[in-house]
Amino acid sequence: MAQLISRLRVWRGAVLLLAGLYFLVPMAASVWFSIDDVDGISFDAYTGLLSAPGFTDSLVLTLELAAVTVVVLLLLLVPAMIAVRIGASRLRPVLEVVCTLPLVVPPVALTAGLIGVLRWGPDHLMDTPFFQTFVFVQQPGFPLVLVVAYVLMALPLAHRALDSGLRAVDVRTLVEAARNCGAGWPRAVLSVVVPNLRGALLSAAFLTLALVLGEFTTASILGYQPFAVWIYSVGNSRGQMSVAVSVLSLLITWVLLLLLAAAGRERRHRTTATS
Amino acid sequence: MSTATLPLAGDTAPSTSATVEFRSLRRQFGATTALDGLDLTVRPGELLALLGPSGCGKTTALRILAGFETHDSGEVLVDGEDITRVPAHRRDAGMVFQSYSLFPHLTAADNVAFGLRMRGVGKAERLRRAQELLELVGLPQRAAHYPHQLSGGQQQRIALARALALQPRVLLLDEPLSALDAKVRLALREEIRRLQQELGITTLFVTHDQEEALSMADRVAVLRAGRLEQCAAPSELYSRPTTAFVAEFVGTMSRLPCTRTADGGVEVLGRRHPVDGALPADGPLHVLVRPEHVRLAPAAEGPALVVAAAFLGAVTRLTVRLPDGTEVKSDLPTEAAAALPLGSPAALTLPDRPVLVDRAPTPQP
Repeated sequence: MAQLISRLRVWRGAVLLLAGLYFLVPMAASVWFSIDDVDGISFDAYTGLLSAPGFTDSLVLTLELAAVTVVVLLLLLVPAMIAVRIGASRLRPVLEVVCTLPLVVPPVALTAGLIGVLRWGPDHLMDTPFFQTFVFVQQPGFPLVLVVAYVLMALPLAHRALDSGLRAVDVRTLVEAARNCGAGWPRAVLSVVVPNLRGALLSAAFLTLALVLGEFTTASILGYQPFAVWIYSVGNSRGQMSVAVSVLSLLITWVLLLLLAAAGRERRHRTTATS
Repeated sequence: MSTATLPLAGDTAPSTSATVEFRSLRRQFGATTALDGLDLTVRPGELLALLGPSGCGKTTALRILAGFETHDSGEVLVDGEDITRVPAHRRDAGMVFQSYSLFPHLTAADNVAFGLRMRGVGKAERLRRAQELLELVGLPQRAAHYPHQLSGGQQQRIALARALALQPRVLLLDEPLSALDAKVRLALREEIRRLQQELGITTLFVTHDQEEALSMADRVAVLRAGRLEQCAAPSELYSRPTTAFVAEFVGTMSRLPCTRTADGGVEVLGRRHPVDGALPADGPLHVLVRPEHVRLAPAAEGPALVVAAAFLGAVTRLTVRLPDGTEVKSDLPTEAAAALPLGSPAALTLPDRPVLVDRAPTPQP
């Protein structure tokens, strides 16, 4: 028995090592490539980032797009999922299918559809107020059309995160208890359900942020230049810098993940500290 | 936002105890009839238990009163006022739920004070009130604890304190003890009854546990298929059930075949008995008897045979089988039951009192 356990330990170590190498070797190679110089080691690729043309603009645009996408997505999804859970549980599978649908639609197909709509709109709505809407959503300063696309793409991820959060809470009883204590519907949801979905909301927000940070296809085809597109364009002229940016964006994602985990840990600490 | 109008100066009792009336209440869920013309009145300050098997409509009635369900027809009156159109958050009814319903992100004190917060009561005042209520339910030292740090019994006590915080006119208890273990259930049962009597609050208590209903309630309303079978004090319900359903649902009953006599009585075990209530017009009949009313004695010639014995403490419940296969239960003092071991023959007699008679159930194919 002891021999079997020690053999299992060896195998477990080997698998962990292989998985670790699988992830770490390409990253280490990327880091090495970004700092390797003919004269030894140089951090020029990193120090030159801030002054690189388009870096700040594309990063700010991406973060703004991510923030608006997260807000729109949560405002759409959270009330819908709570309403379905409380009042129309038979619609749950329908909502699940609708939210999972973007998984099976490739971003290229989604973008082609968007382009079709964007072309059709101005042709047919020229004399209506909707024409200006089409112009407005495509302005280069803040292309709202990307938010629309990102909301659709992030639906499956956000739905999964929120669904697991809602499964852990007896939403109906909590809302009824709150209403019994004198809270109207909106207050019951905001003061009782939403605080108990904190972890799920953070997960949904983080996954959406990660998706927007790395999304390339739609933004590139529609002709905008958020961060991922900028990295690609820099890669064509300044290879080292584009890899440095990729490493940095990876680090940003990890930092966000750690912050999320820390937020969850802090909450657990706060609740156990009182026991 | 509304301001607090509650008498908060250390007064926990509700300002008035309300009368609750259900009038011809009907509720249909698809093909299922949950309530089929329920008529029931809960008197001011009494604890009325709604008792019945699963699906009899007791929880539906409670949820309609709380405002969480709607009814198809009929009326729900509180102090004579129809509350059908009053939303749940304005019904002035505190409720304790079956499942632990404390808000997980709030401490015990914040849970209790939640309703006061919704009414715009200041923080200092509501925390003072919450502390008062926590003392009332015996948990002042748990004020800063979160629900997951409390036991099931403690959570239900906090839920009770939360339900009482707004000094409601009616207290609704939806099987609040069913998720607790037996010992805690017993303690909390007494605690709820003590508080209810102290505060004199009109209380509607839903349960499927007859022992719970009989031990706690001023009156028990037995429901069956959405209709009221009988509403009476526990002792009356037990000793004078008006229907066979009530008799068999409340307490234990044995059925014995009997025949009609010419004078409107029945003959059972070779003796004539008067009938309590109406005698079914036709069909084979059964007499319903409680175990404590069946007398057993050792008898070498039978006709009954002891087939089972269950030790219940001071009494032992013996099951005897008659030659026709009928099984009858009898409660005997444990010392007397020792004279009737398993397999021994016994004679049984019924007391000379009116007996409840019901139509014999149709045998299942």
